[in-house]
This record gives sequence, C-alpha cells and structure tokens, in this order.
Amino acid sequence: MNLLLDGIAWILDPANWTGVGSIPERIAQHLAISATVLVISALIALPIGTLVGHTGRGKELVVTVSGGLRALPTLGLLTLLALWLGIGLQAPIIALVVLALPPLLAGAYSGLESVDRRTVDAARAMGMREGQIIGKVEVPLGMPIIVGGIRSATLQIIATATLAAYIADDGLGRFIFAGLKTRDYAEMLGGSILVILLALAIDGLFAIIQRLVVPAGVRATRTRELRSRPPRPRAVVGRPITEGNPE
Amino acid sequence: MNTAGKGRLVALAAVAVGATVALAGCASGDPLDSGSSTDGASSETIVVGSQDYYSNEIIAEIYAQALEENGFTVDRQFRIGQREVYIPEIEAGEIDVFPEYTGNLLQYYVPDTTATTSDDVYAELETSLPEGLRVLDQSSATDQDSYNVTKEFSDANGVTSLADLAKVTTPLTLGGNSELETRPYGPEGLKSVYGVDVAFTPIEDSGGPLTLKALVDDQVQLVNIYSADPNIKANDLVTLEDPEGLFLASHVVPVVSEKVTDEIAEVINTVSDALTAEDLVALNALSVDEQQSADQIAKDWLAEKSLF
Amino acid sequence: MNWLWSNLDLVGELMLTHLALSVPAIILSFVISVPIGWIAHRYRWSRGVLLSLCGLLYAIPSLALLIALPIVTGQRTTSPINLVIALTLYGIAVIVRTAADAFDAVEPDVRQSATAIGYSAAGRFWGVELPLAGPVLLSGLRVVIVSTVSLATIGAVIGVQSLGSLFTDGLQRGIQAEIITGIVATMVLAIGLDWASVAIGRMLMPWWRPSAAERRRTLDRVERVDAA
Repeated sequence: MNLLLDGIAWILDPANWTGVGSIPERIAQHLAISATVLVISALIALPIGTLVGHTGRGKELVVTVSGGLRALPTLGLLTLLALWLGIGLQAPIIALVVLALPPLLAGAYSGLESVDRRTVDAARAMGMREGQIIGKVEVPLGMPIIVGGIRSATLQIIATATLAAYIADDGLGRFIFAGLKTRDYAEMLGGSILVILLALAIDGLFAIIQRLVVPAGVRATRTRELRSRPPRPRAVVGRPITEGNPE
Repeated sequence: MNTAGKGRLVALAAVAVGATVALAGCASGDPLDSGSSTDGASSETIVVGSQDYYSNEIIAEIYAQALEENGFTVDRQFRIGQREVYIPEIEAGEIDVFPEYTGNLLQYYVPDTTATTSDDVYAELETSLPEGLRVLDQSSATDQDSYNVTKEFSDANGVTSLADLAKVTTPLTLGGNSELETRPYGPEGLKSVYGVDVAFTPIEDSGGPLTLKALVDDQVQLVNIYSADPNIKANDLVTLEDPEGLFLASHVVPVVSEKVTDEIAEVINTVSDALTAEDLVALNALSVDEQQSADQIAKDWLAEKSLF
Repeated sequence: MNWLWSNLDLVGELMLTHLALSVPAIILSFVISVPIGWIAHRYRWSRGVLLSLCGLLYAIPSLALLIALPIVTGQRTTSPINLVIALTLYGIAVIVRTAADAFDAVEPDVRQSATAIGYSAAGRFWGVELPLAGPVLLSGLRVVIVSTVSLATIGAVIGVQSLGSLFTDGLQRGIQAEIITGIVATMVLAIGLDWASVAIGRMLMPWWRPSAAERRRTLDRVERVDAA
C-alpha cells in the first residue's frame, strides 16, 4: 500500500509535470501512438470484417488467421521487428497493429452477422443495393458490436503500448522501464497508474459511444428482449447462441 | 444422464485440480526457483547464477563447469534479469556464486563513489558489500561502460577522446539503457567533466544490435557499449578515451556467499586468473557471430586452457 | 537454422517451463471465472460491476503488474508464482464475460424444468446448468489458452524464464533465428493446448457433437468474446 501511495505521490509531484519527458508529454505520446495504431488497424480490419460479415464468405479463413495472430507473442514480434527496423516507432506500431486486428475483425464480422437475416432479406426485397444494405442496415444495426470490438482493441493497445518504450523513447512505458532500471518503484508504479487511468477514461468513453450508437428503434425492443427471451429459438440453424444485447 | 454427467464433472474438477497442483509443483520445481537449494548447508550443491546477459552467462557457465570438473555439484540459475532483480536474491543467500563487474557493482552499493581506477574500485567494493557477501579475486578481463562513435564520425570530427567531443559543433545524442540518463557518467558527467552537451535517447538492449543500428543510422552519434562487446571491433567503432576517468574500471569478479569454501574459491580464482580481456571479447564473439551456446563456449575455453 | 539445431535442448526445456507457467494459470483462471460468471448471470445487479471490474484487469500493463505483485504477495520477483498469478488475473479478465454469457445461454425453460422435476439449486447447477453452459465455456477457455501462452513470454523482460527468454537473448545477441524460434514455439504450444482443450471437452461432454456448422459457430464464439 505504501508503494501505491508513493506512486500517487510521484504523479502529484509538480516536478514531474514539466520539462522534457514530463507526464503530459508522455500521455500525449501514448495517446498519439495508440490513435495511430487504432486508425491503421481499423483501416485494415473493418473493411475486411464488414465484407466477411456481409457475404458470410471467407470466415473460416479470417477466424483462423486472427486466431493465429492472437497466438503471436507481441514481445517476440516487437524484438524481431526491432532487429529489422531499428529503434523508433515503426516496430512498436506494427506489433501493436497485429495485436489490434483480431478484436477489430471479430467485432466487424460478428456485428454484421448479428443482424437478423430476415431484416437483410427484407431490405433486399425493398430493392436496396448490396452497398446500401451494408451501409444503411447491417452496419447501423451491428454498430454496438462493431464499437465493442474497437473498444476491446483500444483497451489492449493502450495497455500494451507501454512495450513501445522497450524500443522507442515514447509513451508512458518510459516511466515503467526507467523506474524498473533505476529501482525507482514510485516512478514505475506512478507510470502504471497513469496507464490504467488513461485506459479507464478511454474505456468509459467507448462505453458511452457504444450506448449512443444503438439505433433508436432497436433500443426500445432490445431492453425488453433482455428479460423475455423467446421461449424457443426461432431458427436454430445459423443463430449464434447468445444473440442479442451485447451488453 | 444426470449422474453420469455429474460423475464426469467431478472427474473434470479432479483432473483440473490435479493438473494445477502437479503443474504448480513443476513451476516451483523450476530451475529458477531455488527454494530447494536453501534447505540444508549439508548438501554440497553450489548455486551459480547469471545475469540476463549472454556474456555474463558464459562466465557463469565457465564457473559452473570448472566447479563440476573439480567434483562439486552445481545448480545453474541463469539469466535472472538485471541487477535490481538478482542482487536481493544473492543477499538472501539463494545464490552462492555470481559473476559481477567491480565498477558496476560498486556503483550499485555506493552510487556516489569517486573511485575510478581498478584497484580503488576493488578496495572500496570489498568494504561496501553487505554482511555475508564477499568478492573473490578480480579477473584482468574487463567489461565496462564505454562511449563509442563510428569511424566516419571520428575521422570527420577528429574525435578520439571524450575531451575532443567539446569541439564538435553539431548536436550530439547519446544512446544507452535508460538508467544511463541518471548515472554519474551519463549526460551530466559528460557535461561536468568534459564540458560536452548531449541529448539522450534510451535504447533498452544494453548496447546490443539496436544501439548499434541507431549509431550506424546516425539516429544517435555516441553510444554506450560494453568494452568486451565484439561488435565494437566488427563494426570498426572508435572507443573514445577517457583521460579524466569518468568511467569506473569494471573487472569481472565473482560475488560469493558464505557457503563458498576455500576450495571452491580456489577453483574460481584459477578461472579468473586465466580469463583475459581478449578472451572475453573472443568468447562473446563466439556467442554473437557463431551463435554457439554458452555451454559449448565454456567447454571449449576450459579445454583450451586446461586449468584442471 | 544453425542456431535451432544446436539449441534444441534449450528450446525443449523452455517449452516445458513455459507450459509449467501457463497451464496452471489457464486452469486457475477457468476455475475462478466460472463461479464469478455464474454470480454475474444469477444476480443481474452484480453483472455490470463484476464484468467491468474483471475487464479492467486487462488495462493493467503487464510489466507493471509483474513488478507490483511481489510487493503484495511477498514472493521473489523472479518467482514463477508471480507470473502465474498475473497470468491468472489476465485470464479472468478474458473469460468472465464469456462465463456469464454461457450461463445466460441456458434456456430458462430448461432451468425451470429441472427445478420442476426436483433438482435442488446445487444439483441443478452441477447437473444441468454447468453441462449446458459447457460448450460456450470451452470457447472462452480457448481464448484464454491462446492469450495466456502468448502473454507468458513477457516474464522474460523481468527475468522469469520462458520461451520469451529467446526474445530477450536473441535481441541482445542479434540472432533472428532465435527470436523466430521463440515465436513459432509459442504458437505451437498455444495451438497444441487449444487442441487438447477441445479433445478434453469432447470427452467430458459426449453429447456435444459439433457439426461443421456448429464448429464454425464455436470458432465464431471464440472471436465474439472480444467484441461482446
């Protein structure tokens, strides 16, 4: 407990809030690298996930690949990339993108899949083109799960971006490494607390977004559905076991 | 169905608990956990530890094989992190023999020491160690912090010593482990002793390939690489002279516990006596360039020296 | 490749050490998460709090946790027990939500039928709810297996030996083959344990005959855990 207090005292020490490598600077770097990683990985994963979710094709492949990516140890990838690319942000950014891909992919395709096939058929019957079905029906309805994937990816990125400091002079991980190497545990714990707080804040933000993106029409029925589940599944085949409210 | 299912679940639970216990047992019987080595000074097992640094592991392996050749039983606990992790374990008596470096170890115990020559460092180290620990003879082999620049940089700026750096007009960045930033011989020491201003970039591989690449790519102009690193020679780096004695001399020295008897000490002192600075660089090169294992390198070296 | 052939012993040894670290953590996190998941399922009011708390364990940087834990547990920093505890906590973070979902997925009328034919609350849990939740629990377990095996490598940074030691050592010595071997060996372990868990699942749940479609759904479930 004492150490925890030391860590908090370290955070509150005004000396750590100014100068080179100050707390605000490190937080800004941490956010910048996290945002960069999130944007790159989202640009890769969301279109693929959307396409797979819409067509239902290539899912085995995507699931297998993202399972494989998940098994890739981030530290190993980081050290290997570092040997190739040297110090700087390239290696950590690539390693973190690989980390973020599986949850983003999963969120995107299961978000689209969670949409009732009858709704999609109805949209098609109304004469919507495939692009319109994706943009106007599937994505809005699947949005809570898609955002859930983004949320999960972001949490992992922020927590793991500390490893960037192993290779680059960047982010809140610097406090953890510097503290570890100089046995300044107050600094190390202070840095860790900052990472946790940052993750909490961002996660809270996503929780709010996740609520806001539920389409208004769906929101009303969703809450009711939660308690009075239909006694028997209507269409057993192809229906995920726990469909419905992602909360 | 009900009872059968229940039976299976009980079996599942039993398997789970059993496996956990068994594997937890494995985990604590892991080579890293020295719990078993402390029970009983009667057992003749000597625990040899090493840093999480390949060169240190080679030295530790040499100690271990030398001891085994002389009939002692050795328990190897290699690659246990950096000083801040393993020193408490040595102090707790978990490890009996550990290869260390005089200057770096002295700085651990006496951060503001003023000793720099090898004799001064060794003398002060002997009196600074906590109760129950002592150092045996120091080897002539050194592996100490040193500042290096590329050959091109040295030629272009006429720099061969740290003092020469003061006349370099372009901005300089020093690369090294993050702790270097606060060490007496870090940026502040360069400023106060040689009047050189440098920025600092932390690179956490202890002067390894990342540090080297950063130097070659000119991301940093000055790097801290251990003097026994074969990369200095392989990459034609220039190690800057240190006329004012900014760095502490740092010789290979074994730190030992009270369990180490005179016979054991004699074996290790023989090794230390035979290990030269050139040997250490050559051994490191075998590890880095030839990718040989510490075991192999140690075996070949001992055979070549035929000490026992 | 040269490196691999001359270090096969080391790799084998580290794989065993790695197993000894990750398997207890996987089993512990499963055994701990099932009751927590059941409570979150049974008592709605506790759900949000429990799931958020467990989820947030994931926000703790692993390095920081590894250093901070010994202070709490009184263990040595390099003690494998610390790493096992840390991995267990992360495992719980991953699996608790799935555990709650797994119990949610048991149809209410099945539960009521069980009560009607005379099951006690405990008997119903062991005889009905747990087996029916089994397939989803297994899918959550599979995610924990993969993430735990991969995460166990981090211990190498503070000196707990595992396949991660090949990363730190390979980086210092600049040997790419060593790092690649570490990555491949880690993935092999993860996939091997994953298969083993499915095999054990089949053995314990003989009624569970995943058809191709269902297998896909289970795989899907594994992925969905993230998004949920």
